[in-house]
Amino acid sequence: MSPGFSGRRQPAGPKLPPGQYLTQDFPVLSAGPTPRVPLDTWEFTVITETGERHTWSWAELTALPAEDVTVDIHCVTKWSKLQTHWRGVPIATLLDDVETAADFALAHSYGGYTTNVPLDDLLDGQAWIAYEFEGEPLAPEHGGPARLLVPHLYFWKSAKWVRGLQLLLEDEPGFWETAGYHDYGDPWREQRYQGD
Amino acid sequence: MLDYVDGSSLAGPMRELFAVDVTAVEGRCAGCGLAGPLANLRVYGHDHGPGVVGRCPGCDEVILRLVRTPTDAWLDLRGAVSLRFSM
Ligand SMILES: [Zn+2]
Repeated sequence: MSPGFSGRRQPAGPKLPPGQYLTQDFPVLSAGPTPRVPLDTWEFTVITETGERHTWSWAELTALPAEDVTVDIHCVTKWSKLQTHWRGVPIATLLDDVETAADFALAHSYGGYTTNVPLDDLLDGQAWIAYEFEGEPLAPEHGGPARLLVPHLYFWKSAKWVRGLQLLLEDEPGFWETAGYHDYGDPWREQRYQGD
Repeated sequence: MLDYVDGSSLAGPMRELFAVDVTAVEGRCAGCGLAGPLANLRVYGHDHGPGVVGRCPGCDEVILRLVRTPTDAWLDLRGAVSLRFSM
């Protein structure tokens, strides 16, 4: 009997993936200098496995039908942030006219960062090129002018300063995936590191 | 505000791996050829990032990456042509 604990209740909080804690801020994690990309030279390019290129300027991207999404985000460094609001173009929209047999994608960013995601995880309302956060243009320290948003995977997959997707027949690990981090990165299965 | 710290911050995390003070070790950048002590690198992700990233002060290319998992340390030196240890 430990009567001191009998009246205690679990705090009624939102359910978080294992090992995560809730934060209200938006921590900035960096692996290099923050790229400053002027909108008049910004481009987003999809390159298929046959080398075919599809490119959008900033004006072309923002003229496409956008979606407003509210999602929870989970960083591998253990913070989670709930109910974040973004606006962006679904990846599926960008791939509409792209002819490909690829199963994998490698996202490339201004500044040289890369991260790999299975192509299926970028479709069906699971991923966007996001350019607004909480109703404002996405700030450079959070990946603006535009970042990949793949909220069902750890946030390192949501490449900041994204400039393109390379579609691939074989999986190719990116920046953190070649240095010990998990290839897929599902926060609900706590896939932080290789072997998890 | 600087978003990096200098390479002397590598002393702590690298001491786990090497018996020498690596911040005095001279590295040569595979990108631009600049040589200098690792203490001169620009180190990102030092406080709470997924890993530590040391970049060349001359060209900003990645020279060194160090990720510490609960069971392993991953060291990537592909951005360095060589490391010169004074013996
Ligand atoms: Zn260099």
